[in-house]
Amino acid sequence: MALLELKNITRRFGALEAVKDVSLSIAAGEFFTLLGPSGCGKTTILRMIGGFDEPDAGDILLDGKSLAGVPPEKRPLHTVFQSYALFPHMSVAGNVAFPLEMARLPAAEIKRRVAEALSLVHLGDKAAQFPHELSGGQRQRVALARGLVNKPRLLLLDESLGALDAKLREEMQVELIAIQRAVGITFVFVTHAQDEALALSHRIAVMRDGRIEQCDEPDKLYTQPANRFVADFVGKINLFDVEVLAAGKAALKLAAPGLGEIAASDPRPLRVGERGAFALRPELIRIVDQKEAIELKNRFFGRVKELLYLGDVTLYKVELANGGVVEALMTNAAPGRALFHEVGDAVAVCWRHDAGVYLRN
Amino acid sequence: MKARHWLWAAALVTYAFFYLPLAVVVLFSFNDSQLNAQWVGFTTSWYAKLLHDDEMLGAAANSLLIALLSSTIATVLGAMAGLAMQRYRVRFLPFLVLTPVAMPEILLGVALLLFFRQVLDLTLGLASILIAHVTFSIGFVAVIVRARLSGMDESVFEAARDLGASPWAAFRRVTLPLILPALVAGYLMSFTLSIDDFVITFFVAGVGVTTLPLQIYSMIKVAVTPEVNAVSTLLMAVTLTLVFLASRFAPDVLKAKA
Repeated sequence: MALLELKNITRRFGALEAVKDVSLSIAAGEFFTLLGPSGCGKTTILRMIGGFDEPDAGDILLDGKSLAGVPPEKRPLHTVFQSYALFPHMSVAGNVAFPLEMARLPAAEIKRRVAEALSLVHLGDKAAQFPHELSGGQRQRVALARGLVNKPRLLLLDESLGALDAKLREEMQVELIAIQRAVGITFVFVTHAQDEALALSHRIAVMRDGRIEQCDEPDKLYTQPANRFVADFVGKINLFDVEVLAAGKAALKLAAPGLGEIAASDPRPLRVGERGAFALRPELIRIVDQKEAIELKNRFFGRVKELLYLGDVTLYKVELANGGVVEALMTNAAPGRALFHEVGDAVAVCWRHDAGVYLRN
Repeated sequence: MKARHWLWAAALVTYAFFYLPLAVVVLFSFNDSQLNAQWVGFTTSWYAKLLHDDEMLGAAANSLLIALLSSTIATVLGAMAGLAMQRYRVRFLPFLVLTPVAMPEILLGVALLLFFRQVLDLTLGLASILIAHVTFSIGFVAVIVRARLSGMDESVFEAARDLGASPWAAFRRVTLPLILPALVAGYLMSFTLSIDDFVITFFVAGVGVTTLPLQIYSMIKVAVTPEVNAVSTLLMAVTLTLVFLASRFAPDVLKAKA
């Protein structure tokens, strides 16, 4: 049985439907992420799970029991707020002890559990300090310890890494995965950062305008996006408007107006003549000299318009015959040589027949 | 350099206007003369006389009682108003709470008098003074509490609930400690306002009940004896102490009001 179930949840704010008929099922032990741009309804869902807001329609079940009308303090789950929401008048230990005191645990037990939780987040030596004396990353970890200390069924994290700088963020991501694995508590994470979602999650629900666009494992989401929005939101991608020329068992032939034909594969029964998009990740594209590409099946000719040398990789922007621009990422792995093409070079972009995905409109 | 000298001079003159009259009052409270006109010699007899002046002591007792009660009630109600203003963001609430603060005292005095007499048919006395003082103090407390809250991360209140605190426990363990400096400052501010209020009290006191400011006023109608200076000096000491305490407990309050 699912640990947490959202059944046809709808939430309106006046005329705005912030969450539209959302259903989700989250298993125990899962690291589940709600990913989407700001205003997509992800935080509203989190607040409804936390008990700070109630759905207008639908039901939220925890362990099969409805949470309707259950106040936040009676729900066996905690939230790590975006601002961390540490109590400024309490020490680190006081903050972490708070949920245990509310649960009326004996003092000795509280002391032991606080020490345990603080060592889990490597803050054993900061127990007596106050929140204002800590760095952002340390505050983040206090909030995490406070949320985990009385072993909730579920931990909700609201953009919890958003306030950290890039380097610290990466460290915390690694640590978050390790902590989640160590405590085995189900995490529901909300973020607008797709890289963070991919790095952390077992499963991701991509949201837009109050709806779930796709709910899948990170690699599936990345390699088999369900539609244009997901393809574009999760990672970088090149999209070509195409029409289906021929669809067979697995072989698919597409026509990109002004560019040429594309050979791809797709197990779905597609109708000849239907229109959609062909999506191609930049790192799956190779850039070669035009004469090398003549006999390749999937290739478009163009000219290098711009390039961004990023150290480990170089991002090429290639302008195609129809005026569109394709982004291709080439790793700079060859020793002693970083740039393969210069701005203005006539080149061809090419890819394997199974590199891209056809997205129906 | 010249401009700066001028600024110093202007500041000096201004402060002289503020504090010289007060200094004179204090000085002449020790004057060994029936009149305030000329310095004769040092004495503390006016303070001794004050201690045996039953009318004066009665007025002082009334003032203290009303100040204690009204600032306590105003602090509780004002804190509730401040919390409500911050939490619910009802559009007209700040307006409703703050209007008595901005209202001219004379107007508030007349309005309260008419209300007490003609609407409530209340016998004027300690109770009517108390209600009036609570009325003009609430707004100050509410403003101070709200100023304190608006500088704070509001998710701490939700976090308390989220971590298992009932609404009451969340208030006691998180909200109350966080607004405590504002409550202390608001209380002291209300106390100061109450203990030296003259205009509103004058309207709603009725006959027979008097407070310290009213008593001083009735004394100077006869003659300004150094006894008036002595009682004024004491009142000044109390007020200054409270202002000092308020600024110590909540240093941001004086800034927020500026």
